[in-house]
Amino acid sequence: MISYKTDLIFDLPQTGGNRTYFDHERLSSNIEGWYDKALLREEKLDFPDLSEIQVVRHYTNLSTKNFGVENGPYPLGSCTMKYNPKVNEDIVANPAFARLHPLQPDETVQGTLKMLHLHEQQLCAITGMDAFTFQPAAGAHGELTGVMLIAAYHRDRHDDKRQVMLVPDSAHGTNPASAAMAGFVVREVKSTAAGTVDMEDLKSKLGDDVAGMMLTNPNTMGRFETDIKEICDLVHEAGGLMYYDGANFNAILLHVRPGDMGFDCVHLNVHKTFSTPHGGGGPGAGPVGCKDFLACYLPKPVLQEKDGVYSWDYDRPKSIGRMRSYNGSTAVLLRSCAYILAMGAEGLYDASEAAVANANYIFTKVKDHFDHPEGKPMHEFIIAGTRQKDEYGVSTLDMAKGLIENGVHPPTVYFPLIVHEAMMVEPTDTETREGLDQLVEAFINVAEEAKENPEKLLEAPHNTPVRRPDEVKAAKELDLKA
Amino acid sequence: MSNYVPIAAEERHAMLREVGIDPASLFSHIPEELWLKRQKLDHLAEKGLSEQALLKLFDEAARQNKNLDDYDSYLGAGFYDHVVPAAVHHLINREEFLTSYTPYQQEISQGTLQATFEWQSFICRLSGMDVANASMYDGASACAETALMAIREKRKSNKVWLSAGLNPEYIECVKTYFISHGFEYEIGELNEHGTSAGCYPKEGGYAAFIIQSPNFYGVVENLDELSKAAHDADALACAAMDPVAMGIFKTPGKAGLDVVFGEAQPLGASLNYGGPALGYMCCTNKLVRKMPGRICGRTVDRDGETSYVLTLQAREQHIRREKATSNICTAQALLATAAAIHMALLGRQGLTEAAWQSADKARYLHDELLKTGLFEEVYDAPYFREFALKAKDGLDLRALNKKLLDRKILGGVVLENNVWLLATTEKKDKAHLDRFVASVKELAGKEEK
Repeated sequence: MISYKTDLIFDLPQTGGNRTYFDHERLSSNIEGWYDKALLREEKLDFPDLSEIQVVRHYTNLSTKNFGVENGPYPLGSCTMKYNPKVNEDIVANPAFARLHPLQPDETVQGTLKMLHLHEQQLCAITGMDAFTFQPAAGAHGELTGVMLIAAYHRDRHDDKRQVMLVPDSAHGTNPASAAMAGFVVREVKSTAAGTVDMEDLKSKLGDDVAGMMLTNPNTMGRFETDIKEICDLVHEAGGLMYYDGANFNAILLHVRPGDMGFDCVHLNVHKTFSTPHGGGGPGAGPVGCKDFLACYLPKPVLQEKDGVYSWDYDRPKSIGRMRSYNGSTAVLLRSCAYILAMGAEGLYDASEAAVANANYIFTKVKDHFDHPEGKPMHEFIIAGTRQKDEYGVSTLDMAKGLIENGVHPPTVYFPLIVHEAMMVEPTDTETREGLDQLVEAFINVAEEAKENPEKLLEAPHNTPVRRPDEVKAAKELDLKA
Repeated sequence: MSNYVPIAAEERHAMLREVGIDPASLFSHIPEELWLKRQKLDHLAEKGLSEQALLKLFDEAARQNKNLDDYDSYLGAGFYDHVVPAAVHHLINREEFLTSYTPYQQEISQGTLQATFEWQSFICRLSGMDVANASMYDGASACAETALMAIREKRKSNKVWLSAGLNPEYIECVKTYFISHGFEYEIGELNEHGTSAGCYPKEGGYAAFIIQSPNFYGVVENLDELSKAAHDADALACAAMDPVAMGIFKTPGKAGLDVVFGEAQPLGASLNYGGPALGYMCCTNKLVRKMPGRICGRTVDRDGETSYVLTLQAREQHIRREKATSNICTAQALLATAAAIHMALLGRQGLTEAAWQSADKARYLHDELLKTGLFEEVYDAPYFREFALKAKDGLDLRALNKKLLDRKILGGVVLENNVWLLATTEKKDKAHLDRFVASVKELAGKEEK
């Protein structure tokens, strides 16, 4: 990676050489004078006036300071950083899809609606659900939508005492945050030493105040909850519903389905499992699926098909309402639809097997160099830096920075919270043989370096565009704009 | 071998055996009763498509769409078709921006982080507000988050006042987010000129007054009045602001607003049938710790070099879990980067000229349509790039829109009471507008008979 020093866009020399991007034409007289002065901007708009080449160079140089999936292995746990197929970018760049206004009449967008409808059917088939909404803009937004469906279900039954959402202590932070945003009280369920739901603890936390339980399977420890049928039965018997967090869905594609395990609703992160690009933090999409009995509560409008004609149905009296404007992140969803078409059932099954095989391959080769929880990983595995921390004073963070110097993106660190010094490694199905071996070598390198040359890791990284930023200063002396 | 999976099954199995794993054991711990019987799957072809077949399938679907390159559109109501420099699309399609994750490892994410810091700076310069976050999902959910944020701040109140000039979808979203909490909202009236002036509640008890400017009917609101009314009632003054309009109208910062949010799609994002969208939010320094979403800050690295990080994470879900200010993590980083590039390319002159031309062309179209005698004004106050006209008796706007469609024109949004909401941007030229007015005249004339 080349380290360019990059001034802020506001500090570049002002050339005033703006290219014109549109014709200058005025049609009514003196529009500026039409408004009361009190309504108009007083201060000058302090934007830079730059030439196009200045702007293009600036952002091109900035981009080179990022590490993307195409730069090298990116085993960021729970994020499923798989390859983002180029053809999908071409598909959505087609003006026939990109240049549609959201309020166009349904008859003028039949092609898009047809593909969205197909996508809904694909996702139903893959998850074992009966209906989907495309409104949620991201995974956490999907969680919020899903638990709102659960709330609506209990409200509709006048079962108002159900105010508690069960969440395992290993869960993603978004689970408790989403439950709280939907007005639930969060009750934590403990994990066993192996990282799965502690059944005795679960039983002790069930009651007639429980609205439901949010669960990831395989969980954030990379373990499949083999008791899942019993978990679902217990929660259902207590009157609660089961929510499936789809963040780890890549592990089980077409092997098992949340619908068959006993879950009532689910969200999928299409920017994880279904290969749409993450964009440095969005846009993603978090479609939510549910069983028939919850479908009446889905956000409106709902896409419907009759005799090959597609339209939006707004007449949904029990709907929770609206989670966002318009109908969802269509351009993202067309990409995930294309991905599923390109893979087919066979390919998705194969992808899942590859994801699990790749994680197991790396884990087997590196596990002796680190502490790690017992049990069999699926698409991701956990190793811990406790040995290195205790014996050599090298933390997981230091090793993550050392991994950067080995040319790979570090894994997710310090998560799940229930494992000290955790590293969560998810190589994904699209990693190459060379990439897997590079990861193995990188992990072993840092483990050895921790022993032999700990100072080097404490100082890492050395050759990146910047070295470790001072986060304490950032939070204390807030500097949030220029 | 399946598409995009680089290691074929045979090689994979050999690799596993090499490290002592039986390939058949990978999923063997999953209870057999749960295994998927593959034959029961409808709507999912067994085989994947080649790239050629995939493109053909989408091309066929594409042909059933009618897009704005071929149709002259007057649709707005939240999403607007502004000119976007070609360089924006090219730059955000660089894989380093496109394919990377949220910048957790700062040393190899300075590209996204600095672009985010610049986006926050642009939004603050545009709005005059103290701080902006890294992005929200869209305008509607940002409105709901604003209402929740206000209630967090004003602990004694669980009620907000919403202007009837807010986009109805924003109001619906607030309603949805509020249901489970039992929070309340009240929808205020608009006065005869189409603004909120004189309609604000006088009494206390509200956490926030939330308006939109230009409002849903295109009318420009007086932010000073909002600020005074809200603060007199001990409520936060909040507004959904159009980012292009902020280039020429009084800034919310100058008017003393507390929270400003909205839809920033008009800054460089494709229409994409409504999504992905680009929500933004900014606020005063005082409220920054109550704000949802990621925030990027500037600091120095070990060598004292300027660097950028995600900061104030103690508010966020991965630290605070159920006590977080919001559950937002993935939002719209790439579109925020696009917006920063868009603003940098347009510069001050480009952005303000786009704003003035949008207003200018709206006014021309408004007056030309009134001259046809088919419409009457709904509100007489100055509007920005969108306005509402009421069709006179006998003119059915839905029927008119259908006929316009045959002429490759997408007429405005039809609202209740036969009101037409029409939007223009700098993209429109006189020839298009004149042809549109002539078509309306001609087709409406036929309608009456």
